Amino acid sequence: MTSSIFLVILITSLATYVSRFFGVVSSERIEETSKVFRWFNCLAYSTLAALIARMIVFPVGELNETTYLIRFIVILLAILIYYFTKKNVVYPTVFSAMILFFLNSYFV
Amino acid sequence: MINLKYFFKGILVVKGIDSPAFALGASLIALGALFKDLGFSIHQSFFSTFFTYALPGQVVMAESIIVGASLLNIFIAVWLVNVRLYPMTVSLMPLLMHEKQPRWKYYLFSHFIAVSSWTIMKSNYEKIEKENRIDFWLGIGVATWSIAIISTLIGYSISEHLNKEMMIGLAIVNPVYFTCIMIGAMKTFQITSSIILGAILGPAFYFISPEWCILYGGLIAGTLGYFVGEKK
Repeated sequence: MTSSIFLVILITSLATYVSRFFGVVSSERIEETSKVFRWFNCLAYSTLAALIARMIVFPVGELNETTYLIRFIVILLAILIYYFTKKNVVYPTVFSAMILFFLNSYFV
Repeated sequence: MINLKYFFKGILVVKGIDSPAFALGASLIALGALFKDLGFSIHQSFFSTFFTYALPGQVVMAESIIVGASLLNIFIAVWLVNVRLYPMTVSLMPLLMHEKQPRWKYYLFSHFIAVSSWTIMKSNYEKIEKENRIDFWLGIGVATWSIAIISTLIGYSISEHLNKEMMIGLAIVNPVYFTCIMIGAMKTFQITSSIILGAILGPAFYFISPEWCILYGGLIAGTLGYFVGEKK
Protein backbone atom coordinates (compact mmCIF):
# COMPACT_ATOMS: atom_id res chain seq x y z
CA MET A 1 0.00 0.00 0.00
CA THR A 2 2.85 2.37 0.92
CA SER A 3 4.52 2.14 -2.47
CA SER A 4 1.21 2.37 -4.30
CA ILE A 5 0.36 5.64 -2.52
CA PHE A 6 3.66 7.06 -3.79
CA LEU A 7 2.74 5.89 -7.27
CA VAL A 8 -0.67 7.56 -7.01
CA ILE A 9 0.99 10.79 -5.84
CA LEU A 10 3.34 10.61 -8.83
CA ILE A 11 0.49 10.01 -11.28
CA THR A 12 -1.49 12.89 -9.74
CA SER A 13 1.49 15.23 -10.01
CA LEU A 14 2.09 14.21 -13.61
CA ALA A 15 -1.58 14.68 -14.55
CA THR A 16 -1.38 18.16 -13.01
CA TYR A 17 1.97 19.18 -14.50
CA VAL A 18 1.02 18.27 -18.11
CA SER A 19 -1.38 21.23 -18.18
CA ARG A 20 1.29 23.59 -16.86
CA PHE A 21 3.92 22.16 -19.23
CA PHE A 22 1.81 22.42 -22.38
CA GLY A 23 0.70 25.84 -21.20
CA VAL A 24 4.33 27.00 -21.42
CA VAL A 25 4.79 25.26 -24.81
CA SER A 26 1.78 27.16 -26.19
CA SER A 27 2.89 30.41 -24.54
CA GLU A 28 6.10 30.40 -26.60
CA ARG A 29 4.06 31.22 -29.69
CA ILE A 30 1.47 33.56 -28.19
CA GLU A 31 1.86 37.33 -28.09
CA GLU A 32 0.39 39.07 -25.06
CA THR A 33 -1.37 41.56 -27.32
CA SER A 34 -2.97 38.89 -29.54
CA LYS A 35 -6.58 37.80 -29.74
CA VAL A 36 -5.57 34.24 -28.87
CA PHE A 37 -4.12 35.54 -25.60
CA ARG A 38 -7.40 37.29 -24.77
CA TRP A 39 -9.34 34.12 -25.61
CA PHE A 40 -7.15 32.06 -23.26
CA ASN A 41 -7.62 34.66 -20.57
CA CYS A 42 -11.40 34.15 -20.92
CA LEU A 43 -10.91 30.37 -20.84
CA ALA A 44 -8.83 30.60 -17.66
CA TYR A 45 -11.57 32.49 -15.85
CA SER A 46 -14.46 30.44 -17.26
CA THR A 47 -12.78 27.12 -16.41
CA LEU A 48 -12.05 28.35 -12.90
CA ALA A 49 -15.64 29.53 -12.51
CA ALA A 50 -16.89 26.15 -13.76
CA LEU A 51 -14.69 24.38 -11.22
CA ILE A 52 -15.82 26.58 -8.32
CA ALA A 53 -19.49 26.26 -9.21
CA ARG A 54 -19.11 22.49 -9.39
CA MET A 55 -17.35 22.45 -6.01
CA ILE A 56 -20.26 24.32 -4.48
CA VAL A 57 -23.20 22.65 -6.26
CA PHE A 58 -21.79 19.10 -6.46
CA PRO A 59 -19.13 18.95 -3.75
CA VAL A 60 -16.87 16.00 -3.01
CA GLY A 61 -15.59 15.14 0.46
CA GLU A 62 -16.71 16.83 3.67
CA LEU A 63 -18.86 19.49 2.03
CA ASN A 64 -21.08 16.75 0.66
CA GLU A 65 -22.55 16.46 4.15
CA THR A 66 -24.00 19.97 4.10
CA THR A 67 -27.27 20.91 2.40
CA TYR A 68 -27.59 23.02 -0.76
CA LEU A 69 -29.40 25.72 1.20
CA ILE A 70 -26.66 26.04 3.82
CA ARG A 71 -23.90 26.20 1.20
CA PHE A 72 -25.86 28.77 -0.76
CA ILE A 73 -26.41 30.95 2.34
CA VAL A 74 -22.73 30.76 3.30
CA ILE A 75 -21.53 31.73 -0.19
CA LEU A 76 -24.01 34.59 -0.35
CA LEU A 77 -22.93 35.91 3.06
CA ALA A 78 -19.28 35.57 2.05
CA ILE A 79 -19.89 37.66 -1.08
CA LEU A 80 -21.62 40.34 1.05
CA ILE A 81 -18.72 40.37 3.53
CA TYR A 82 -16.32 40.63 0.59
CA TYR A 83 -18.07 43.78 -0.62
CA PHE A 84 -18.46 45.29 2.86
CA THR A 85 -14.75 44.83 3.61
CA LYS A 86 -13.74 46.56 0.36
CA LYS A 87 -12.85 43.33 -1.41
CA ASN A 88 -10.67 41.78 1.25
CA VAL A 89 -10.43 37.99 0.86
CA VAL A 90 -9.38 37.20 4.42
CA TYR A 91 -12.62 38.22 6.20
CA PRO A 92 -15.06 36.31 3.97
CA THR A 93 -12.98 33.14 4.18
CA VAL A 94 -12.61 33.30 7.99
CA PHE A 95 -16.27 34.12 8.53
CA SER A 96 -17.59 31.59 6.04
CA ALA A 97 -15.76 28.79 7.88
CA MET A 98 -17.26 30.00 11.17
CA ILE A 99 -20.76 30.48 9.73
CA LEU A 100 -20.77 27.02 8.18
CA PHE A 101 -19.45 25.48 11.39
CA PHE A 102 -22.26 27.21 13.33
CA LEU A 103 -25.08 26.46 10.86
CA ASN A 104 -24.04 22.85 10.47
CA SER A 105 -23.66 22.30 14.22
CA TYR A 106 -27.00 23.76 15.22
CA PHE A 107 -29.39 23.44 12.31
CA VAL A 108 -28.70 20.01 10.91
CA MET B 1 20.93 33.40 -12.75
CA ILE B 2 18.09 34.52 -10.54
CA ASN B 3 17.82 38.16 -9.63
CA LEU B 4 17.36 37.95 -5.87
CA LYS B 5 16.07 41.49 -5.58
CA TYR B 6 12.99 40.58 -7.62
CA PHE B 7 12.73 37.16 -6.04
CA PHE B 8 12.40 38.71 -2.56
CA LYS B 9 10.12 41.38 -3.90
CA GLY B 10 7.85 38.54 -5.07
CA ILE B 11 7.99 36.84 -1.69
CA LEU B 12 7.02 40.07 0.08
CA VAL B 13 3.99 40.66 -2.17
CA VAL B 14 2.36 37.59 -0.65
CA LYS B 15 2.10 39.05 2.84
CA GLY B 16 -0.28 41.89 3.70
CA ILE B 17 -3.85 42.39 4.81
CA ASP B 18 -5.30 41.02 1.61
CA SER B 19 -3.04 38.00 1.61
CA PRO B 20 -4.24 34.66 0.27
CA ALA B 21 -2.14 32.98 2.97
CA PHE B 22 -5.10 32.35 5.26
CA ALA B 23 -7.36 30.82 2.61
CA LEU B 24 -4.55 28.77 1.18
CA GLY B 25 -3.40 27.68 4.64
CA ALA B 26 -6.87 26.73 5.88
CA SER B 27 -7.67 24.72 2.75
CA LEU B 28 -4.44 22.77 2.95
CA ILE B 29 -4.78 22.17 6.69
CA ALA B 30 -8.03 20.40 5.80
CA LEU B 31 -6.21 18.42 3.12
CA GLY B 32 -3.42 17.42 5.52
CA ALA B 33 -6.02 16.17 8.00
CA LEU B 34 -7.78 14.26 5.22
CA PHE B 35 -4.49 12.58 4.26
CA LYS B 36 -3.98 11.49 7.87
CA ASP B 37 -7.47 9.97 7.93
CA LEU B 38 -6.71 8.13 4.69
CA GLY B 39 -3.66 6.53 6.25
CA PHE B 40 -1.01 8.53 4.39
CA SER B 41 2.36 8.94 6.09
CA ILE B 42 3.61 12.46 6.81
CA HIS B 43 6.18 12.05 4.00
CA GLN B 44 3.50 11.10 1.50
CA SER B 45 1.42 14.12 2.52
CA PHE B 46 4.47 16.34 2.13
CA PHE B 47 5.30 14.94 -1.32
CA SER B 48 1.74 15.30 -2.52
CA THR B 49 1.65 19.07 -1.96
CA PHE B 50 5.33 19.41 -2.95
CA PHE B 51 4.87 17.76 -6.36
CA THR B 52 1.21 18.31 -7.21
CA TYR B 53 0.44 21.67 -5.59
CA ALA B 54 -3.12 21.92 -6.88
CA LEU B 55 -5.74 21.38 -4.20
CA PRO B 56 -8.75 20.20 -6.28
CA GLY B 57 -6.57 17.56 -7.95
CA GLN B 58 -5.26 16.38 -4.60
CA VAL B 59 -8.82 16.06 -3.28
CA VAL B 60 -9.75 14.02 -6.36
CA MET B 61 -6.73 11.82 -5.72
CA ALA B 62 -7.87 11.25 -2.13
CA GLU B 63 -11.41 10.40 -3.27
CA SER B 64 -10.04 8.03 -5.93
CA ILE B 65 -8.01 6.16 -3.33
CA ILE B 66 -11.14 5.72 -1.19
CA VAL B 67 -13.09 4.18 -4.07
CA GLY B 68 -10.03 2.23 -5.27
CA ALA B 69 -9.85 3.71 -8.79
CA SER B 70 -7.22 2.47 -11.28
CA LEU B 71 -4.11 4.55 -12.01
CA LEU B 72 -5.38 5.44 -15.48
CA ASN B 73 -8.70 6.60 -14.07
CA ILE B 74 -6.89 8.66 -11.44
CA PHE B 75 -4.75 10.25 -14.14
CA ILE B 76 -7.79 11.20 -16.23
CA ALA B 77 -9.85 12.42 -13.26
CA VAL B 78 -7.00 14.60 -11.95
CA TRP B 79 -6.15 15.93 -15.40
CA LEU B 80 -9.79 16.91 -15.96
CA VAL B 81 -10.18 18.67 -12.63
CA ASN B 82 -6.85 20.50 -13.05
CA VAL B 83 -7.25 21.32 -16.74
CA ARG B 84 -7.81 24.98 -15.80
CA LEU B 85 -4.03 25.17 -15.30
CA TYR B 86 -3.55 25.03 -19.09
CA PRO B 87 -5.43 28.25 -19.95
CA MET B 88 -4.14 29.80 -16.71
CA THR B 89 -0.55 29.15 -17.83
CA VAL B 90 -1.21 30.42 -21.37
CA SER B 91 -2.77 33.59 -20.00
CA LEU B 92 0.18 34.23 -17.68
CA MET B 93 3.44 33.08 -19.28
CA PRO B 94 3.41 35.38 -22.35
CA LEU B 95 3.43 38.27 -19.86
CA LEU B 96 6.60 36.87 -18.26
CA MET B 97 8.58 35.76 -21.30
CA HIS B 98 11.71 37.67 -22.22
CA GLU B 99 14.45 36.72 -24.67
CA LYS B 100 17.21 37.34 -22.10
CA GLN B 101 15.82 34.68 -19.78
CA PRO B 102 16.55 30.95 -20.26
CA ARG B 103 13.59 28.79 -21.36
CA TRP B 104 14.02 26.23 -18.55
CA LYS B 105 12.97 28.81 -16.02
CA TYR B 106 9.51 28.98 -17.57
CA TYR B 107 9.10 25.20 -17.66
CA LEU B 108 10.32 24.70 -14.11
CA PHE B 109 8.62 27.68 -12.50
CA SER B 110 5.28 26.88 -14.17
CA HIS B 111 4.96 24.33 -11.35
CA PHE B 112 3.97 27.23 -9.07
CA ILE B 113 0.90 28.14 -11.10
CA ALA B 114 -2.14 27.87 -8.83
CA VAL B 115 -5.12 30.14 -8.26
CA SER B 116 -3.57 32.15 -5.42
CA SER B 117 -0.15 32.75 -7.02
CA TRP B 118 -1.68 33.36 -10.46
CA THR B 119 -4.08 35.98 -9.08
CA ILE B 120 -1.30 37.78 -7.21
CA MET B 121 0.90 37.82 -10.32
CA LYS B 122 -1.92 39.00 -12.57
CA SER B 123 -2.51 42.02 -10.37
CA ASN B 124 1.17 42.89 -9.85
CA TYR B 125 3.08 42.13 -13.05
CA GLU B 126 2.74 45.60 -14.54
CA LYS B 127 4.87 47.08 -11.76
CA ILE B 128 7.85 44.94 -12.82
CA GLU B 129 9.88 45.30 -16.05
CA LYS B 130 9.30 42.33 -18.35
CA GLU B 131 12.86 41.06 -18.08
CA ASN B 132 12.58 40.56 -14.30
CA ARG B 133 9.04 39.21 -14.12
CA ILE B 134 10.02 35.54 -14.08
CA ASP B 135 12.23 36.04 -10.99
CA PHE B 136 9.48 38.06 -9.33
CA TRP B 137 7.10 35.22 -10.19
CA LEU B 138 9.47 32.70 -8.60
CA GLY B 139 9.25 34.67 -5.34
CA ILE B 140 5.44 34.63 -5.39
CA GLY B 141 5.46 30.95 -6.34
CA VAL B 142 7.89 29.85 -3.65
CA ALA B 143 6.04 31.84 -0.96
CA THR B 144 2.57 30.43 -1.76
CA TRP B 145 3.93 26.93 -2.35
CA SER B 146 5.75 26.99 1.03
CA ILE B 147 2.57 28.09 2.79
CA ALA B 148 0.75 25.18 1.13
CA ILE B 149 3.38 22.61 2.14
CA ILE B 150 3.66 23.84 5.74
CA SER B 151 -0.16 23.93 6.09
CA THR B 152 -0.46 20.35 4.81
CA LEU B 153 1.99 19.27 7.52
CA ILE B 154 0.14 21.29 10.19
CA GLY B 155 -3.18 19.74 9.14
CA TYR B 156 -1.66 16.28 9.25
CA SER B 157 -0.29 16.90 12.75
CA ILE B 158 -3.44 18.37 14.29
CA SER B 159 -5.98 16.11 12.55
CA GLU B 160 -7.08 14.38 15.76
CA HIS B 161 -8.05 17.73 17.25
CA LEU B 162 -10.33 18.56 14.32
CA ASN B 163 -13.90 17.29 14.60
CA LYS B 164 -16.31 16.74 11.71
CA GLU B 165 -17.88 20.22 11.93
CA MET B 166 -14.47 21.90 11.92
CA MET B 167 -13.44 19.91 8.85
CA ILE B 168 -16.63 20.97 7.07
CA GLY B 169 -15.93 24.59 8.08
CA LEU B 170 -12.43 24.35 6.59
CA ALA B 171 -13.76 22.70 3.43
CA ILE B 172 -15.82 25.77 2.49
CA VAL B 173 -12.79 28.08 2.68
CA ASN B 174 -11.42 27.15 -0.74
CA PRO B 175 -14.68 27.61 -2.72
CA VAL B 176 -15.35 30.90 -0.88
CA TYR B 177 -11.83 32.13 -1.58
CA PHE B 178 -12.10 31.18 -5.27
CA THR B 179 -15.51 32.87 -5.47
CA CYS B 180 -14.13 36.13 -4.04
CA ILE B 181 -11.17 36.03 -6.43
CA MET B 182 -13.58 35.58 -9.36
CA ILE B 183 -15.77 38.48 -8.27
CA GLY B 184 -12.68 40.62 -7.84
CA ALA B 185 -11.62 39.72 -11.39
CA MET B 186 -14.89 40.89 -12.95
CA LYS B 187 -13.42 44.12 -14.29
CA THR B 188 -14.23 43.90 -17.99
CA PHE B 189 -17.43 42.82 -19.74
CA GLN B 190 -15.54 39.99 -21.45
CA ILE B 191 -14.16 38.47 -18.25
CA THR B 192 -17.42 38.98 -16.36
CA SER B 193 -19.40 37.11 -19.05
CA SER B 194 -16.82 34.32 -19.12
CA ILE B 195 -17.04 33.89 -15.35
CA ILE B 196 -20.84 34.00 -15.14
CA LEU B 197 -21.26 31.61 -18.08
CA GLY B 198 -18.64 29.28 -16.62
CA ALA B 199 -20.42 29.21 -13.26
CA ILE B 200 -23.67 28.25 -15.03
CA LEU B 201 -22.35 25.83 -17.65
CA GLY B 202 -19.91 23.99 -15.34
CA PRO B 203 -22.65 22.54 -13.09
CA ALA B 204 -25.07 22.25 -16.07
CA PHE B 205 -22.68 19.93 -17.92
CA TYR B 206 -22.38 17.86 -14.75
CA PHE B 207 -25.64 16.20 -15.79
CA ILE B 208 -24.01 15.08 -19.04
CA SER B 209 -20.64 14.10 -17.55
CA PRO B 210 -19.50 14.74 -13.97
CA GLU B 211 -15.86 14.29 -15.02
CA TRP B 212 -15.81 16.32 -18.22
CA CYS B 213 -18.13 19.13 -17.06
CA ILE B 214 -15.32 21.54 -16.11
CA LEU B 215 -13.56 21.14 -19.46
CA TYR B 216 -16.72 21.33 -21.61
CA GLY B 217 -18.40 24.01 -19.51
CA GLY B 218 -15.23 26.10 -19.28
CA LEU B 219 -14.40 25.83 -22.98
CA ILE B 220 -17.86 26.80 -24.19
CA ALA B 221 -18.32 29.53 -21.56
CA GLY B 222 -14.90 31.09 -22.19
CA THR B 223 -15.36 31.03 -25.97
CA LEU B 224 -18.83 32.57 -25.74
CA GLY B 225 -17.55 35.15 -23.25
CA TYR B 226 -14.68 36.00 -25.56
CA PHE B 227 -16.92 36.59 -28.60
CA VAL B 228 -19.52 38.51 -26.63
CA GLY B 229 -16.75 40.72 -25.25
CA GLU B 230 -15.07 41.27 -28.64
CA LYS B 231 -18.39 42.28 -30.24
CA LYS B 232 -19.17 44.85 -27.59
